[in-house]
Amino acid sequence: MHHEEESPYHGVMAQFDNPDDLVAAAKATYAAGYRKLDAYSPLPVHGLADAIGYKRTRLPWLVFCMGLLGAIAGYSLCYWVSVIDYPMNIGGRPFHSGPSFIPVTFEVTILFSAMTAAFGMLIANGLPQPYHPVFNVENFARASSDLFFLCIEAEDEKFDLDETTRFLQSLNPQEVSHVEN
Amino acid sequence: MSEAAKTPYKPPVNELGPGQTSYTSITDKISGVVFTKHTPIFWFVSFAIGFLLLHGLMIGAPYLLYEGTGIWGLNNPVGWGWAIINFVWWIGIGHAGTLISAVLLLFRQKWRTSINRAAEAMTIFAVLCAAQFPLLHTGRPWLAAYWLLPYPNSMAMWVNFRSPLIWDVFAVTTYLTVSLVFWYVGLVPDFASFRDRAKNRIAQVVYGFLSLGWRGSAFHWERYELASLILAGLSTPLVLSVHSVVSFDFATGIIPGWHTTIFPPYFVAGAIFAGFAMVLTLMIPLRRVYGLYDFITERHLNNMSKVMLASGLIVAYGYFMEIVIAQYSGSIWEMYMMRNRMGGPYGNYYWALILCNIAVPQLLWFRHFRLHPVWLWFICQFINVGMWLERFIIVVTSLHRDYLPSSWDMFHPTIWDAAIYIGTIGLFTILFFLFIRGFPMISIHEIRTLLKTGNHK
Repeated sequence: MHHEEESPYHGVMAQFDNPDDLVAAAKATYAAGYRKLDAYSPLPVHGLADAIGYKRTRLPWLVFCMGLLGAIAGYSLCYWVSVIDYPMNIGGRPFHSGPSFIPVTFEVTILFSAMTAAFGMLIANGLPQPYHPVFNVENFARASSDLFFLCIEAEDEKFDLDETTRFLQSLNPQEVSHVEN
Repeated sequence: MSEAAKTPYKPPVNELGPGQTSYTSITDKISGVVFTKHTPIFWFVSFAIGFLLLHGLMIGAPYLLYEGTGIWGLNNPVGWGWAIINFVWWIGIGHAGTLISAVLLLFRQKWRTSINRAAEAMTIFAVLCAAQFPLLHTGRPWLAAYWLLPYPNSMAMWVNFRSPLIWDVFAVTTYLTVSLVFWYVGLVPDFASFRDRAKNRIAQVVYGFLSLGWRGSAFHWERYELASLILAGLSTPLVLSVHSVVSFDFATGIIPGWHTTIFPPYFVAGAIFAGFAMVLTLMIPLRRVYGLYDFITERHLNNMSKVMLASGLIVAYGYFMEIVIAQYSGSIWEMYMMRNRMGGPYGNYYWALILCNIAVPQLLWFRHFRLHPVWLWFICQFINVGMWLERFIIVVTSLHRDYLPSSWDMFHPTIWDAAIYIGTIGLFTILFFLFIRGFPMISIHEIRTLLKTGNHK
């Protein structure tokens, strides 16, 4: 078992034609001690990410905090404008007319948290990412249509090109290919 | 007794028609709408009609900016005419898209899958059309920047946060932004499908950019689904707030017929009613032209009809309550407003509204009308017209005769009111048909999840 600095390979990839086989193979691979894995599917497959060691994201907390910040920002904007910087007597209402500030506060809360959810998800996923080695696999264009892939990456400590290839072949895939970097 | 009468009623259950049996067939069918050498003649005709109508806006808007809002039929009691009517009409139409994509997602209504993409597109285009009206109504949109947006300016002036018009600015811009982002997030995996299917280099590059390098990693899907759920959870209160805020434009005023607490829920119900009617108006022809019977099944027609029927009944309740409360208030102005609305110079419009929004939709109690695309399409046209009339009645009948009879006047729309309104219908049409031509109009990755396990290949 040796680990090269500049491996010519990103990993070894097995191809399946349905999600159930992929999940079964993913579980077997994880059980065999491989940890640097990724699986690719044209649709979300439940339990797949958990099978290959998915760690729960803290995105919901970030969304909550940004929502809170949005609420504070929205209300502060109304307050600062209407009470501090530009106090105007409009229809005898108090400068600090709290209920009138709620719609703006609410909208800013939603805006901040929704933007955090969307962009946070993209950033956590490392997108946009124009190049990735998996696209070098010939059949991978069908990963966005009807094929399912499991990839053991070369960074894995247990990775050995021949042995890992043999291992993946034992999982009854349709095909096993080497992913060039 | 006929055969149909004897069999007990079974609602259609299929979310996906029998023609779609594999992931490949789903991808082929939906991407085939875009990657075809034979765009249907229907597309060209619709686009051409849209482009023709767009000229109403292209000619009307510059003339309005040159001459001012005097080219409209506005006068002193009726300071809000078609502009606000059209604004509310378009915003209301937009709401069905968010309802389908967000609220039905939270309720785990899987049938929403095949209509949500097009409905969200409809939302965005409808909000864009709606936004034209308040901007043009300012007469000088370049000045409207500091009337509408709180930004530090050289005059050291700020907006008035106690005004519902400013709440509207925040609600509508947030709604547009969040809808756009939600829509785009949904599109990313489908753009990846398109990128991998495209044969031509330009299409590969364009869809490649749009897909952000999506590769369908399990970890990505996990966060993606989480973010979609959060976005749905945030869009749900947002969509309710937007039409509530729109109704505050009226409800915070002291004009008879406007100053009422029933407006927010009744506006939201009206928005759902109008929006589903517009979704069906668009989807029924597309289903036929592109042969999407496997995706938009009888179940969809049935369910959407039922949503329209239910929200239509809430709207009917709203109309009824307006009458009751006007009488109950004991206020002579409120009571006069209601009498004038029903029997005054705009009485015909009121009864046309009742016909379109209350009488005709009752046909949806019958299965025959719910499942018959042609009948259903015509019922939707009544609703589209009816919802416009509703806003006309609210705006014009309340304004044209308020407290002081000496200031009463009639409202007569001009050709420019009509031109700009028709122009936005054209804008909506061309945007929607461009979307059909270039984007996956049905969410491919979500439809794939409808395939039963063990049914792959």
